[in-house]
Parts: sequence; C-alpha cells; structure tokens
Amino acid sequence: MRKLMISLLALLLFSAVEAQDFINNATVNGSFQTDVQFYRPDAAIGITDSTIAGRKVGINGFGNIIYTLGKFKAGMRYEAFLGPMAGFDPRQEGNGFPYLWASYSTDLVEVTVGNFYEQFGNGLIFRTYEEWTLGYDNSMNGMRVVLYPMKGLTLKGIYGTQRFFWQKYERNSRGLVRGADADFNLNDAITGWESAGVRLSLGASAVSKYQRDADPIYNLPENVGAFSGRFNLGAGNFNLMTEYAYKINDPSSSNNFIYQEGQAILSSLSYSQKGLGVVLQLKRVDNMSFKSDRAVSSNALDINFLPPINRIHAYSLTAKYPYATQPNGEMGLQFQVNYKIPKGSLLGGKYGTGLALNYSQVNDIVRNAIVDDNSTLIGAAGTLGYTSDFFKVSKHIFFRDINFEIEKRFNSKLKGTVQYMNLLYDIATIEGHTGDPAVEAHVGVADFTYRLTSRNALRVEAQALWTKQDEGDWAALMAEYTIAPKWFLAVADQYNYGNPDTEMRNHYYTVSGGYTRESTRLALTFGRQSEGVVCVGGVCRQVPASSGLTLTISTNF
Amino acid sequence: MKKLFLLLLVGFIGLQLTAQESTLPKVMIKTLDGQSFSTSDISNDGKPVILSFWALWCKPCQKELDAFNELYAEWQNETGVKIYAVSIDDSRSTARVAPLVKGKSWEFEVLLDPNGDFKRAMNVNMIPHTFLIDGSGKIVSQHTAYFDGAEHELYEKVKKLVGKK
Repeated sequence: MRKLMISLLALLLFSAVEAQDFINNATVNGSFQTDVQFYRPDAAIGITDSTIAGRKVGINGFGNIIYTLGKFKAGMRYEAFLGPMAGFDPRQEGNGFPYLWASYSTDLVEVTVGNFYEQFGNGLIFRTYEEWTLGYDNSMNGMRVVLYPMKGLTLKGIYGTQRFFWQKYERNSRGLVRGADADFNLNDAITGWESAGVRLSLGASAVSKYQRDADPIYNLPENVGAFSGRFNLGAGNFNLMTEYAYKINDPSSSNNFIYQEGQAILSSLSYSQKGLGVVLQLKRVDNMSFKSDRAVSSNALDINFLPPINRIHAYSLTAKYPYATQPNGEMGLQFQVNYKIPKGSLLGGKYGTGLALNYSQVNDIVRNAIVDDNSTLIGAAGTLGYTSDFFKVSKHIFFRDINFEIEKRFNSKLKGTVQYMNLLYDIATIEGHTGDPAVEAHVGVADFTYRLTSRNALRVEAQALWTKQDEGDWAALMAEYTIAPKWFLAVADQYNYGNPDTEMRNHYYTVSGGYTRESTRLALTFGRQSEGVVCVGGVCRQVPASSGLTLTISTNF
Repeated sequence: MKKLFLLLLVGFIGLQLTAQESTLPKVMIKTLDGQSFSTSDISNDGKPVILSFWALWCKPCQKELDAFNELYAEWQNETGVKIYAVSIDDSRSTARVAPLVKGKSWEFEVLLDPNGDFKRAMNVNMIPHTFLIDGSGKIVSQHTAYFDGAEHELYEKVKKLVGKK
C-alpha cells in the first residue's frame, strides 16, 4: 500500500514540477470531516464510569483527495478512529489509508487499480460501498476494468479482496472475490430506437468467491459461484424492473452451515404521471447471505446487498424501529402512492396538497423438513437444511408499516407535514431480543415551518409513539430557528414517559447550534442522544445512544 | 506519523492546484427510467446549472427541492438556469424515486446515483449538498445543508452569473 501511495505521490510531484501545462489542466478536490464526542457518565440513561471505561473522547475523522489530470485520476482517503465514537464497531479503532486508487479512462475503457466501490445491478450478488455515519466499508482492493465496446453495452470485470476493518489481507486470511457484469441497453444500441416508446435494458452478472476449506468437520465448497439476470422495461408511464439471483451451496456461520442453495428475487412495477406516482415492489430472499469469509457473521465482508424495501423514515420516532433484511429468508412487499391534489381545487387550495401512502410488509418464508419423517431437524448443520415452496408465505410477520402523510402549504409563510404510522416490528428476530413480544406501535408526527422573514424561519416538530411493548410510549418535541443560509439553533427533547420501568422514564434533551458557509460546516450538540436517525440543522445522520458534547467539522474543496 | 506527513504534503500540492477551478467529473449514472447517463452531459447551453444531491430519507433535501420547484418557472424565465437533482438512494429505494418525483410534480431533471459514484467523485459528505455551475462548466460555489429561504441567496448568485442584479 505504501508503495502505491509513494508512486501516486511521485506522479503528483512529477506532474507538478515537470510540466507546467499539466498543472494548468490538473484539478484537485477533496473533503474533510471530523466528529468529536466528549462523553460524560449519565447513570439515568445507563452510561456509567465503567461503560465509558476511561474513554472520555471518541473521534472519527477522514480526509479525502481526488487528483484529476485529463484521463488520469488518483485518490486517497485517510481515516482515523482514535478511538471510535460510541456505537461504532471497536474493530474500527485505528488509522491509515484504507482507500487508495488510481484510474485511467477513455471512451472505450476504464481501468482502476487499488480500492474501489462497485455494484452489479441492484447489488443482489455484488455491491461494495461505504456508509461513513455507520462505519461500514466493504471496499474492494484489487482491479477493475470497464469496457464500452459499443453504444449501449457496458462490460465490467473485477477481482480483489474486501476491506475488513484494518486487518491486512494475507494468504488465506479471507476469501478472494472475482466477478463480471454486462449491461445492454437496447435503445442506446439500436439505431432508430433512441426515442422509441418502449425502453428495454438487460443485464447479467456472475461472481465467484474463493476461500480455502480448512474445516475439520465439513467438506466445504472452496469456490462459491453466484449468478444474476435482470431487465428493465419501460413503456409509456409504466416501468417494470426485475432481478433474479442464484447462489450455489455456501455453508457458513450465517446459515448454520447448511448446504442449501441461495435465491433472491426483486421486482418493481411503477406508474408515474405528473402529480401521481404509484409503485409496487416484491421480493423474496432465501439463504442469500454471501460473505468473503464464511466464519464472519457480523456486519462485515458482505459481497452482496439485499435491499430492505420498506420506506426509510426521516423522523426520529418513525425511524426508531428500522427494519433490516433477514438474509436467511424473507418475503416482502411494498406499495406506495404519491399524489398531488392540484392547485386551485377544493382540497388543493392555492398551492396544492401532497399526499403519500405507503404500505410494506415482510414475512418469513415457509421451511419444510427435507425428510418427511422429520428425522432431520429443519436447518440442521451439515444437511441440506430445508425445502421451501417459492410462493408460500409464512404467517410469521417480521415487519409491517402502514403510513400516511399529508404535506400542505397554507400561505407564503406557513407550511407543514403531518404523518401517521402503524407499525408491527418483530424485535426478537430483527434485533435479537429473544423472547420479547413484537412491538405494535402507532406514531404521529407534525412538522411545521413558519417563515418570519425571507431568511429567518422557525420549525417545530412534534412526535409521539404509543406502544405497550419494549420501552413503551415516547413523545418528542423540537424547535429549530434558522437564519439562511448560515446559522441554526435547535432545542429538542425526547421523553420516554411510558417506559414500563418507571426508573427509565428519561428525557433525552439536546441543544445544538451550527454555522455553515459554502460547504464548510461546524456544528455543536450538547445533551443526551437516544439511538436512531436524527435530522437536525439541515442534514440527517444515524446516531447511537450517548451523553455529552459532540462537535462536527466538515468541509470540501 | 509518516502517513500523516504524506497526506499533508499531498494536501499542500492540492492547495497549489486549487487555483484551477473544478469542473464536473465524468461518471456514469442513471436516468429515472433506467438509462445510462454520463455526468459530462450535465450542461445548459452556456447558462448556469444548479446541481443538488438529495435522497428520499432526507427531509431538508426535499424541502430545498420543493422550494426550487415553486420558483423554477420564474427562475428559468429570468435567467435560463437549469436544475439537476441527483438522488443518492441505493437499491433499497431507487424504485420509489420516480413515483415521488412525479407525485410531487417536480419539473427539473432527476438522476439516480445508486452506489454513490458521482457523490464520491464530487466529495459530497452530507446532504443536501448543492453546487452552482457557470455557463462554461466550472463549479463556482457549493453549499451543504438547507434552511428555509436559502434558495434566495442561491438565486442571487445565479443572477450574478448571467449579469443580472
């Protein structure tokens, strides 16, 4: 890695010193962010001196630089988690350059060496990506070639190893990943079809993982192949997308070492015209966990991505119980309608009214014993595991979310959103709280913004979550004052007033303020943070529970 | 320490080079109906372009784009500015982007960046992140976060670019 960096550096210096023209044509841009948290013990919400364990400060930071010189590009990202902030994987602790790359591209070919992110289709068999706020990064370290042999046709080939926190790859320390993808767009490829009413594209990919079998008990496949095919068909206002993926048997700690094959299908049908959008999505996942180390079952080294298709909520209480895909098996559906009642109508008023309805439900798949006499347990290690009827849905519901939203501008100064959500959440399966009953909750949100002047605005957000399970009822209130485009100040409180344990009826209060100029942003938050997605001061991010002071500095150039 | 030093060194070289204004990198992304789209095709016949990164899960982003949409006809009439909104939603929700965009009657171009390739190339850390690009394709200003009324400030900059006060 150091060699690569030094050669990149040499190249940079070379271009800077040797050729004046190159400087004039070269550009460098980058970004920087650091989040610093100072923790304090807060016994009421379960944070004591021993949980902090002397780690009073957590700092996550990165600096990213991209250098471009015509068809040549190189980039690097430095990261330092010293130590990682609360809620991040302790294996994140460390510093270095996990992301170093160089690429050359023409209209025909694009070659990348070093680290890269890539996705085939919807990612069902291959996706590498990073999510800074979650501390997730499964980037490839290897090579990628992309070819554009003709208009409408894209061919990709990749190979390498995946990032596993700071652990360097050594022979057999984890698997190797190789793959290829073809994407063919008929409308781009065929003369005369460019503006045809029907739009069609096709795609196919194959990925293989190699990991040595050193298992003392089982004879495991060392090369595991996965394949997928997809199409996207558009006609008029309709669009239909479907992708199917298949994986050969891949016994791993995620599926309790069964020799079952894996399958996944994702399909969506949508209709959209001005003022109206409707989408229906279906998916089925069966034994599709695919990691480059079969011994790892935690959130790392994923080769593929199985998208949860339910709505991703933006308010703290609607996002309190987020669904996560069950890679061992699930069947889900999602339906959404967006409609804008036109301006000037009775319900639309002067500005029009926005409506959104969303329904999603995910159930388990049905598993039957492989032998009729039930002599082999379903999912027993070392067996084929089970048989499963493709179309049968189990009665076991993992997740159900029915929500409705109305968006309305009342006049030039006042606008607001109200939302209702009805939730069923199998906390035992999703969060591993074995034995806990499923959470049935109602959530209400009201979010109003009043513009005092053209630049000053006051936003008030009120939320309530009612449930008899888990931590019981919650209420939340926030007021945010903004002076566009630079300043914000917000105060918020989340109150767990219905916690069955009266000792735990806590207030999670925060005071935050920030300054943004161009793309430089400073923000300071003091108080308690409960877990969840928080959107304050114009941006959203995922946060763990903590108490103390948080400072965020970010910029780019 | 050595690594940090190298980073600083590169940073220095970077600073020397930033005098050169950035243009848009070329990245292959998608249109709403699934066609490939090269970001080098983001242009507006010599007039300014507003480029905004957003996602379905980001409320402030949608507030910003709603605010743009309300003023878009007026802005286009006065300055000819064109808006591109790039959704960074991944395959969890790309299928829901087009119905939302149509459902909200947004009039500007919306593009999909499902694996964040364009986002990374543009060094976008947090959204909303909005760029203003002049008629020759140079990035002249950028801003993260959206607060009510910030669209007016942005539009003042657009007017300056086309020589209107």
